Amino acid sequence: METKKSDAFSPGPTPRFEESAKESLSDSQLRRNLGKATQTIRRKRAVAVDEMPDWEGLREAGRALKERVVRHLDEYLLQLEESVTRAGGEVHWARDAEEANRIISRIVRDEGAEEVVKVKSIATDETKLNEHLEREGIRAFETDLAELIIQLAGETSSHILVPAIHKNRAEIRELFMEELGAHNLSDRPSDLTDVARLYLREKFLKAKIGISGANFAVAETGTVCVVESEGNGRMCTTLPPVLVTLMGIEKVIPAWRDFEIFMQLLPRSSTAERMNPYTSFWTGVSGEAGDGPREFHLVLMDNGRTDVLADEIGRQALNCIRCSACLNVCPVYERTGGHAYNSVYPGPIGAILTPQLVGVGDPGPDSLPYASSLCGACYQVCPVKINIPEVLVHLRGKVVRHKQYMGGPRSKLDPENVAMQMVAKLFSDPQLYEGAQRLARAGQWPFARGGSISRLPGRLAGWTAVRELKPIPQQTFREWWRNRRSV
Amino acid sequence: MGLLGTKEKGTTAVRVALFITCFNDTLFPETGQATVEVLERLGVEVDFPYAQTCCGQMHFNTGYQREAIPLVRRFVEIFGGYEAVVAPSGSCVSMVRELYPMAADLAGDGRLAEQVEELGPKVFELSEFLLRKLGVFDVGAYYPHRVTYHPTCHSLRMLRVGDAPLELLRNVRGIDLIGLSEAEECCGFGGTFAVKNADTSAAMLSDKIRRVLDTEAEVCTAGDNSCLMHIGGGLARLRAGVETVHLAQILASKAEEG
Repeated sequence: METKKSDAFSPGPTPRFEESAKESLSDSQLRRNLGKATQTIRRKRAVAVDEMPDWEGLREAGRALKERVVRHLDEYLLQLEESVTRAGGEVHWARDAEEANRIISRIVRDEGAEEVVKVKSIATDETKLNEHLEREGIRAFETDLAELIIQLAGETSSHILVPAIHKNRAEIRELFMEELGAHNLSDRPSDLTDVARLYLREKFLKAKIGISGANFAVAETGTVCVVESEGNGRMCTTLPPVLVTLMGIEKVIPAWRDFEIFMQLLPRSSTAERMNPYTSFWTGVSGEAGDGPREFHLVLMDNGRTDVLADEIGRQALNCIRCSACLNVCPVYERTGGHAYNSVYPGPIGAILTPQLVGVGDPGPDSLPYASSLCGACYQVCPVKINIPEVLVHLRGKVVRHKQYMGGPRSKLDPENVAMQMVAKLFSDPQLYEGAQRLARAGQWPFARGGSISRLPGRLAGWTAVRELKPIPQQTFREWWRNRRSV
Repeated sequence: MGLLGTKEKGTTAVRVALFITCFNDTLFPETGQATVEVLERLGVEVDFPYAQTCCGQMHFNTGYQREAIPLVRRFVEIFGGYEAVVAPSGSCVSMVRELYPMAADLAGDGRLAEQVEELGPKVFELSEFLLRKLGVFDVGAYYPHRVTYHPTCHSLRMLRVGDAPLELLRNVRGIDLIGLSEAEECCGFGGTFAVKNADTSAAMLSDKIRRVLDTEAEVCTAGDNSCLMHIGGGLARLRAGVETVHLAQILASKAEEG
């Protein structure tokens, strides 16, 4: 079973995708759980999207809005700071994960709290906030049902929206019986949720501090928004007297009216719902009314995002609204699951976001842009039209150039690099190319048996592990054409 | 008549350059021959510029993008003068049409960017050329076999050829065309992906093969030999007795051969 281990956002090297994928591909239970879940959700999504009269128009509007945000990010962020402050909140700026964690633990300590409740926030997974708080003697309780499941199991999320997608009911039942001391528990979803609800209610009522992420924050009004299904987010953001929100700087949107676009795009793309059950908005502190937190802190975190912003092609990854539609349609994700990506951001969006946030040069994240057949299904469903295949290809270029420039003399001798340079040379001249065709035809005899190639050496062995390869025929097309013309 | 050619003496004089692609040239000459056969049958004059080699897709998509730029320049020089370029590969056409602008940007060459922008819309995948440019639905083919069609990712989602290949297949005489479930899902080829991520690719392939076998077809067809080599390689390893045949070859088949 997958246990917590270092990912792209923790210090030290991370395993390459293809190595981790090998492990998950052979897990038949995981394959079944994932196949069932992703196929169901993508069918539902298609229905929810098809009923919209102008989905393409909405997507384009969403893309344009996000592009404007990214282009004027500095202005919108300053405006957001001003609006939040005006509403009685306090804004903190965090350059990186470490600074964000320090800011948050200071707020918790100042309050004298030893426990916090959290509503699912990927940004805090990115900063490893829970581990940081634990080192400071503070316990963080995840309150999203799926997050609670993986926290109890000591695992990591494998999906942006459905973090425990890799687990089925029977596995969850066992976990709850073991960790929450539930007896005679069935695996009916309602029974499982009842156990979790009882456990969580107590945490909500006791907690002095709630920590949340943010789906959107409105520059114009200072309103922060969390979109969720279970109501735990509403509890986290209203019950504890102190609320801390950690958000990536790209989550700001210009104006209140922009929700018109995003609230049509997000629920349909993520859970295939016309509208999600709970959407919480809050602006600053509760004030005289007394309902909601008396203290509100908004932590705006960069953590590599301005580096992404500097890349003209790569920056579209910042448009992401974390719907996870790309994960659900991805044929690679469906088979490997999220853990193979070794990143809090898995799937196609993770493959373009992670290497950009952590920077090129670590073998784990560097392998992510290659974790795709470039089939384009992700681009087709993305509600803000992020051209994921384009960014994948662009990042592959960055990875290769980084290796060529920074890898020293040894990188020149890398077999892939040698082969690519050689083939590029052959393609540069028709005579060399035709010579190579003849040479390959003559040189294939050790491998071609009975009209087929069943075994190849070295890096090509992966192909012949499960596939035959057709040998090169006796006549190329150009030879045929030449003969035909001379007749 | 649309973009191409003019009506002369009741016949349509259309001249195209055949972009065979290095892959078809070397491994699948029969697909190139079939493409020529279909085009000439429809009165199209086919020219084959010998200087052509590779469009650079493998290099570009694997990350060797600086290495692909000279190949982009060669392609533009060789094909730039033609009114239309036709290739029996959705994937290679999508490289030219969709990714050449990115290559020109990377090269920082404004002139190349202009040339690429001008050339792109003139490069067609075979089925879209037949249907959308020539307006031909029935190429007069005869192919008495049970066939299922796999829409390849690049022709479907990058070129948006839509139903063009199916329209052509529906008009083939004798054919028993059977739908493929989850047809639009990738077969797992993805160029160097099949080697770099061989295990994931194999997992995708096994599902594709299962669905092909479910159709009980004798033949699986597509507009790209790269995907077909992948699917066919898996079918052959399993001794499944199902052939993979490029769309062009079905369209070229006639009664006396059938």
